[in-house]
Amino acid sequence: MRAQTLYDKLWQSHLVRTEEDGTALIYIDRHLVHEVTSPQAFEGLRLAQRTPWRVDSILATPDHNIPTANRAAGITDPIAKLQVETLDENCRQYGITEFTMEDARQGIVHVIGPEQGAILPGMTVVCGDSHTSTHGAVGALAHGIGTSEVEHVLATQCLVQKKMKSMLIAVDGEVTVGVSAKDIALAIIGKIGTAGGTGYAIEFGGEAIMNLSVEGRMTLCNMAIEGGARAGIIAVDEKTIDYFRGRPYAPAGALWQEAERYWRTLHSDDGAEFDAVIHIDAATIRPQVTWGTSPEMVVGVDGVVPDPAAESDTTRAEGIRLALKYMGLEAGTRITDITLDKIFIGSCTNSRIEDLRAAANLVAGRKVASTIKLALVVPGSGLVKRQAEEEGLDRIFTAAGFEWRDPGCSMCLAMNADRLSPGERCASTSNRNFEGRQGPGGRTHLVSPAMAAMAAINGRFTDITVES
Amino acid sequence: MEQFKQVDGIVVPLDRANVDTDAIIPKQFLKSIQRSGFGPNAFDEWRYLDQGEPGMACSDRPLNRDFVLNQPRYQGGEILLARENFGCGSSREHAPWALKDYGFRVIIAPSFADIFFNNCFKNGILPIVLEDKMVDRLFSEVVAKEGYRLQIDLEQQQIAGSDGGTLPFSVDPFRKQCLLEGLDDIGLTLRHLDEIRGFEQQHRKNCPWLFAEVTV
Repeated sequence: MRAQTLYDKLWQSHLVRTEEDGTALIYIDRHLVHEVTSPQAFEGLRLAQRTPWRVDSILATPDHNIPTANRAAGITDPIAKLQVETLDENCRQYGITEFTMEDARQGIVHVIGPEQGAILPGMTVVCGDSHTSTHGAVGALAHGIGTSEVEHVLATQCLVQKKMKSMLIAVDGEVTVGVSAKDIALAIIGKIGTAGGTGYAIEFGGEAIMNLSVEGRMTLCNMAIEGGARAGIIAVDEKTIDYFRGRPYAPAGALWQEAERYWRTLHSDDGAEFDAVIHIDAATIRPQVTWGTSPEMVVGVDGVVPDPAAESDTTRAEGIRLALKYMGLEAGTRITDITLDKIFIGSCTNSRIEDLRAAANLVAGRKVASTIKLALVVPGSGLVKRQAEEEGLDRIFTAAGFEWRDPGCSMCLAMNADRLSPGERCASTSNRNFEGRQGPGGRTHLVSPAMAAMAAINGRFTDITVES
Repeated sequence: MEQFKQVDGIVVPLDRANVDTDAIIPKQFLKSIQRSGFGPNAFDEWRYLDQGEPGMACSDRPLNRDFVLNQPRYQGGEILLARENFGCGSSREHAPWALKDYGFRVIIAPSFADIFFNNCFKNGILPIVLEDKMVDRLFSEVVAKEGYRLQIDLEQQQIAGSDGGTLPFSVDPFRKQCLLEGLDDIGLTLRHLDEIRGFEQQHRKNCPWLFAEVTV
């Protein structure tokens, strides 16, 4: 048999049928649902007098527009409140498991899925959210989908999809101490561009990737979509299997044994061919900081803001000019000379326990700079929050001057009250630096949790591999 | 879904690469539980000078006169001409809902982001990919001539200009058929109900842990 890629294996094992033109139906094992992209899907289902195909495949939680402070008071924004109540009502009506805002297990949908073992290796996963690519980190085939597709999966348990092309991005060798999964992700996007992965399922491999923890791999796959790829995947190894032992939704006993045998086959075969292969030398990756309004507008912390005049492509040069204008930056400015107003540590990219540990490690015994107006830590789930509190991380953050909040998407997309004011500059561990993403007129610099933590302490960006 | 056969409309040039879905419809409007009514807030942050919030009457808001959608010559536009990687970012279907509600039926660009591209077809919008140099040419033509229109014929897969010149475009045959006939994806998939059931049964045998009862 022909050597298969991991993507081939995941695709083949879920293929229900293929039309002559390659349009296929693939079976979906897990459907994650949140409040923003589901109400219109449930409404569509009802209007067509349909019901969910397999209720036990769905796990729901509100995350995008819930408050991260003073939860006892409930949601004060009436429009957001109605949306969360609509999710609650839809879940009640169809008997869907939902971790409601009051549930200790509530959190960002992409954090709670793997945390519960509700995502497992070899699964197909969808969610009405582009960062569903996160789950490829454990050898699952995960697609972000739109609301029409949410309705389609609810009604049929299938997704209409053409097989994507395959790309291998191998990060060879070891990274420098202080360089994290986030830096690898941003460095890759800086290299391939935000459309570099369009039409591809990207498999990440190589020594630096397999050296990452499972949580680090989630950070990387989370950002596959920022490189244009709907799905990012990583082979299953010992770390993946260990990660799932004892998780509530993971199998136990004989079923675990059977699952584990299967999971060990979830890697690309020797000699498998990819449509594109990119190699990156891990040793060249510096801690990354975005300077513009697209994740590909990124440079090492030891770099400078680029000059549009040096760009030969006119559309790109104009893009740089617009970005610098929006960001209030001058070409040639050293990244370490950029000062910040706010700090955000959180989001489905970087709100897991290891992210909080990495940040706390640099914050311990220090104070947030007086020039920083607000420094927020928003854990990814109620369980991450509890774990962090057991480890005393919350006290490290609050003693330094950070605010310690309840779980949710928060200032990653600023649908709730956590946002930037016009002109404010933020070091953020989130995934998008688009115009207005963190609040109208807000200026976002994407960084790792450790880089955000040091930016909070120093009030400006610092090369943590040199000075920490 | 609404059928799509032909569009003869004014072309609106949005000369910017990497237009993301946050720009197409900002997050504060995503709190709605409706599918409609997003048109007045399409490109909200570029289109108005104040900060838009749900429920505001957009007719009273100060317009950014420099933004292309606000220029008199492009009013009533149905065809959006855009640059590479249009629709990147979030999977929010509110983006095509907003464009459709505004009146766009066709988007022409050198490339689109995957999820957005897919979402367009589900909402009766035809996204057309043309080579960079063709897109460049259309940009210069539309800017040069006020009232510039194009005729898009999906059946013939052809774009026609008022000068009589035509350009072919390609489209996935399955998606073409769905648009032409206004077919409901779910209805089409449910034609294969037995196959899905059969697959599910076999899948349950192969991977029983995926179907195990969870009590948490």
